[in-house]
Amino acid sequence: MTDQTAHSHDDAVDEDRRNFIHIATGAVAFGGLAAFAIAAVDQWNPAADTRAASSLDVDISKVPLGGEIRVLIGGKPFFVRHRTPAEIASADAVNVATLRDPETDDERLRPMADGKLNPAILITSGACTHLGCVPVGPTQGNVGAFGGWYCPCHGSQYDTSGRIRSGPAPTNLPIPNYKYVSDTVVNISL
Amino acid sequence: MSGHESSYTPNSGFEKWLDKRLPLIRFANDTAITFPTPKNLNYWYTFGAILAICLVIQILTGIILSMHYEASVDGAFASVERIMRDVPYGWLLRYIHSNGASMFFFAVYIHMFRGLYYGSYKAPREVLWILGCVIFLLMIATAFLGYMLPWGQMSYHGANVITSLFGAIPLVGESLQTWILGGPSIGNQTLQRFFSLHYLLPFMIAAVVILHIWALHVPGNNNPTGVEVQDVEKDTVPFHPYYTIKDGFAIMLFLILFAAFVFYAPNALGHADQAIEANPLVTPAEIVPEWYMLPFYAILRAITFDLGPIPAKLLGVIAMFAAIAILFVLPWLDTSKVKSMRYRPVARQFYFGFVVVCVLLGWCGAKAPDAPVIPALQGEKMLVVSYTENGQEATSEYKGGNEAYVDAKRFMASLPEDASPSLAAVAPATFQFSQLSLILTILYFGYFFILFFVGLTEKTKELPESIHKSVLKRHKASTATAVPAE
Repeated sequence: MTDQTAHSHDDAVDEDRRNFIHIATGAVAFGGLAAFAIAAVDQWNPAADTRAASSLDVDISKVPLGGEIRVLIGGKPFFVRHRTPAEIASADAVNVATLRDPETDDERLRPMADGKLNPAILITSGACTHLGCVPVGPTQGNVGAFGGWYCPCHGSQYDTSGRIRSGPAPTNLPIPNYKYVSDTVVNISL
Repeated sequence: MSGHESSYTPNSGFEKWLDKRLPLIRFANDTAITFPTPKNLNYWYTFGAILAICLVIQILTGIILSMHYEASVDGAFASVERIMRDVPYGWLLRYIHSNGASMFFFAVYIHMFRGLYYGSYKAPREVLWILGCVIFLLMIATAFLGYMLPWGQMSYHGANVITSLFGAIPLVGESLQTWILGGPSIGNQTLQRFFSLHYLLPFMIAAVVILHIWALHVPGNNNPTGVEVQDVEKDTVPFHPYYTIKDGFAIMLFLILFAAFVFYAPNALGHADQAIEANPLVTPAEIVPEWYMLPFYAILRAITFDLGPIPAKLLGVIAMFAAIAILFVLPWLDTSKVKSMRYRPVARQFYFGFVVVCVLLGWCGAKAPDAPVIPALQGEKMLVVSYTENGQEATSEYKGGNEAYVDAKRFMASLPEDASPSLAAVAPATFQFSQLSLILTILYFGYFFILFFVGLTEKTKELPESIHKSVLKRHKASTATAVPAE
């Protein structure tokens, strides 16, 4: 009985009408899924507050001479070091051509508001360029053989300009984006 | 064996009523009671049931732990300590969960090696095998995500190493890494999404386990002879009581081992740095994963050279993922028609070699890459002065005790100002773990290619005619040898 009604139905099928309904329904379902996927995927990206936390004003006047402070910006470590005149002199004295990653000390500094460099303050990334360990420095009582930083993981040594001098690290400690807001405040951003 | 006829007859009125509406009892009866199972399965075949128990234990203890856990960078470590100290029996539940992960992997590795030995990945069980590989991948992901949650030092820096691997992928790597972390580095948002996914994945595992069992019940179990069931009457026994009791007995033995770890050595498989709260500014001296990840970690670090335009780091990542990916295509790499290694004398030797390679890879993963494999062969360290001369890097070596130091210092003082000399104690070249890892990595992949060629040329032993004939023959052989003793 049911067989027969189904059969008689089949004869009267309007294929165009059926296709239209299938395609239209499928298109709306696909469009809806795609629209939802935008939200579901994009929420993985850094949120506004996370992005807002990606820069920081640091008061450099509080860094003791010969010492450093370590700041975390967006979870990444940065070194702010107040170098002694002897440390500045030793960073300047290096023959740049002999370095693995040649950079002069001046190239590793950023100008103050008046356009002059402030060699007393060196700001670098705090992640060893080898595997991302955090090197130890003057605060931990070990500055390595070149007076800068020493990475305890695999023995990379950095000089007082944060340049790689020995060990497995391929490049110098990177200089982050930063600018002098005033003579004593520096804005560091990722 | 899903084709086997249902032997269930509903007895009570309720059973008859239910059977017409939802034949749940019939389904349970046909899959777990009367299911015809080869009569010659040995104890290596009990690990499937053991793994099901492991999954249940992890989900049960995990759900309870999540009631007391706080997924935030400020609260996570303290909440785990609170579970250990203040929550009634919290210590027990957490130790079951953390050791349960190790037991789960221990069982899954035996289960996988069992499948490799008896050729359980071959036709008609390729889909069954691939689903198992999917479960294994999900287990690795779940374990990795879960290891982050206690927010210890190894959690943070281990996750840092692994997520930075994604940064090695060309073009999209760095955005992918930011996308996974939800920020420039691991932070609160990372911990929260890891917690959410760690809760989700076990249920995905459970879903794939259902498919895995379904795919098992279509062709039926493989067995130690690798010969398919021909006569259900003679070759098989019903799952209950024969294998319910065998699996149950094995589960009890396994749980005794499990309990021994939980009560007597709950931290033996862990790492001491996990007892220190995560600190992004202090890196542990060495970062090692949990033991069950060590072989893959060794493969990751084995490749230290660039290959054309592909940097070493990316090569390591590719090798690590390939080590798992190759398992997916194994059914088509092994060309032999004979399933069980019992009847493949040549391939069998390579199989045991492969097991040794996997264990040794685990050993390599636990060691520093530049450590000597045999410390006794390591020569004495020497002092090396590195300096620059006319723009070129140069070195000068000094061997011996105190005198070498004096000589080296005198040499350094004699150099001009711009030579910028440095002094380091350097161990002489020896056979290091990084080199052993590379050899073992080549052997690991080599096994699968050897299977391809051995399968084409190997002369296999004669297969038994059927499962029951092989059982009878074994039985006769044992009574025959017993006769002279009488």
